[in-house]
Amino acid sequence: MFAADFFSFKRFNAIVGKEFVQMRRDRVTLAMMIGIPILQMIIFGFAINSNPKHLPTVILAADHGVFSRTIIAAMQNSEYFQVVKTVAGEEEADRLIENGEVQFVLDIPQQFSRRLVRGEKPALLLTADATDPAATSNALAAFRLIAGQALARDLAGPLRYLRRQGAPLEVILHRRFNPEAITQYNIVPGLMGVVLTMTLVIITALAITRERERGTMENLLSTPVKPMEVMIGKIIPYIVVGYVQMGVILLAGRFLFGVPLIGSLSLLLAASLLFIAANLGVGLTFSTLARNQLQAVQMAFFFFLPSILLSGFMFPFRGMPAWAQRVGEILPLTHYLRIVRGILLKGNSFEQILPHLWPIMAFLVVALTIGLKRYRGTLD
Amino acid sequence: MPEAAPVIDVRDLVKSFGGKTVINNLSLQIMPGEIYGFLGPNGSGKTTFIRMLCGLLRPDSGSGVCLGFDILKQAEKIKPLVGYMAQRFSLYEDLSVRENLNFMARVYRLRNVRSQVAEIIERMGMDRFADQLAGTLSGGWKQRLALTACLLHRPRLLLLDEPTAGVDPKARHDFWDDIYDLAGQGVTSLISTHYMEEAERCHRLAYLAYGNLLVAGTAGEVIASSGLKTWSVSGDNVHMLTPQLKLLAGVEQVVPFGNTLHVSGHDPELLAASLRPLMNGKYLWQQIDANLEEVFISLMQQREAQ
Repeated sequence: MFAADFFSFKRFNAIVGKEFVQMRRDRVTLAMMIGIPILQMIIFGFAINSNPKHLPTVILAADHGVFSRTIIAAMQNSEYFQVVKTVAGEEEADRLIENGEVQFVLDIPQQFSRRLVRGEKPALLLTADATDPAATSNALAAFRLIAGQALARDLAGPLRYLRRQGAPLEVILHRRFNPEAITQYNIVPGLMGVVLTMTLVIITALAITRERERGTMENLLSTPVKPMEVMIGKIIPYIVVGYVQMGVILLAGRFLFGVPLIGSLSLLLAASLLFIAANLGVGLTFSTLARNQLQAVQMAFFFFLPSILLSGFMFPFRGMPAWAQRVGEILPLTHYLRIVRGILLKGNSFEQILPHLWPIMAFLVVALTIGLKRYRGTLD
Repeated sequence: MPEAAPVIDVRDLVKSFGGKTVINNLSLQIMPGEIYGFLGPNGSGKTTFIRMLCGLLRPDSGSGVCLGFDILKQAEKIKPLVGYMAQRFSLYEDLSVRENLNFMARVYRLRNVRSQVAEIIERMGMDRFADQLAGTLSGGWKQRLALTACLLHRPRLLLLDEPTAGVDPKARHDFWDDIYDLAGQGVTSLISTHYMEEAERCHRLAYLAYGNLLVAGTAGEVIASSGLKTWSVSGDNVHMLTPQLKLLAGVEQVVPFGNTLHVSGHDPELLAASLRPLMNGKYLWQQIDANLEEVFISLMQQREAQ
């Protein structure tokens, strides 16, 4: 008798059965249980590529000789580089790389072809935006080989002698913004965006759902409080939390990892306000959509997953296929990462980060509009 | 006299949820200073009606005036004048009594929040709990805190949704004392309840069933208008009679009250004729006034029979 009562299959089945019934009732949770693995498969399976190719490259050409053309063609053929532009001035090239519009600048010096023929071993300078070492390391490694082999075919006939003296040219690689290719320089500033996204979206997603679940919403709605007052009133304390988090990461980045701060701190703080607000807007919108706190957390996770994977935080943004980049461009984190890295590592100015500010702004407006529309002033 | 205008005057209110009518053409007037009881079975629409009055729900159709404002268009003007106490405790359990009251005082934009809150805490006898978290209060004190919170801004109308459910008799007694005091000061109260003795304490009451207002008036009027005749029978093992009584012609309900049974029906002659053979000296029979509970059960039976 004792053994029979030690573990009853009837009782055990009762629990299992009840769990399944409850699971089936919560449609959102069920959808998430299916949706999250699918989302992960799509992102990991199709979007992520740790060996990015077709990286935008600008040619700063002072020489248009045959050998220059051969090298440029070889770079294109390697698929690592995609020449998007040829410029004449150094300032123009600098601007493009500082704004993050291109990943590489290939500097072909004056009289490159002539000096090559004379056996003077002219130098090719490839400058990389190395804020994210992972995005550039493969391409940089490949470039030496590409440049060396490209000329093999051209250096035939009377020019054969050039091949016997070793490499006919010199390749100089310059990793700008992060010369030692320190991963932390890229990760720590990025982490700031990730931490803000994670905590702020989850915390605010819970904010209104909690009031509904605990029944305090009923009391709040019966008072003269207006939706706008509730929304903004709930956001402000968490903005303070966001800044505290930022402060901790900035200090740790500086003193634990030695991450430089080249740009303006006040610009960073100001730009972050917009990003924090955008995340809170998303959280509040989830808060109005979710029916319980579990759903709110799941929605936050559903937003967090693509944010971390498609923004360029974990994997190089330019390594992703076009569709994934387009999805990434919608997410505020993608733009914020560029802003933080731009200010910290490149010393970007307000004008330079402006192209990344307005997408965050647009996102915020859309999120808040949905949130305010969905916020019900009644219990209907 | 301006006082003559009703505090609540609604006409033909209709509210349905997902095709199910919860409030069906409800019309009701409540006068200033009245304590109005709202009765009816669970799911009869009491909560829905109260929520519509304070702007928590929008009626589908009908019209209504509450404190001189249109309940459809001027909910924002009504809210500051109304104290609403939800059925479920709806203050913050993780805030102390004082913090909850401070919050409510500031939401209603009261002046001198500190002193007003301190004053009401003392007046409501909550000093001992002022700094205790609301979640740790007993049921009775939670109810008292909720009442305190809706009195802070000195509302002219109290909408109390089952305020005494699950509260001990002493706390209920204190609660009713407060309500009478407030009525004396001209505050109108609409109180929903399941307790018959509370219904009898109301100046007037209404009985709601499945969205329909079945009867309204003073307790006496409600009983008189029902036309229900009741006999009380008492004696040893009187409950043994119940199955037999229920089969008799003219007997509509048999309700036990301890060692007494109340036997009621609408036709006095038929009822008396049916009962006469049982009046054989073994039991004590008395004709009495029907009470509210019998009237309401009878109303429900008639409603279901239709």
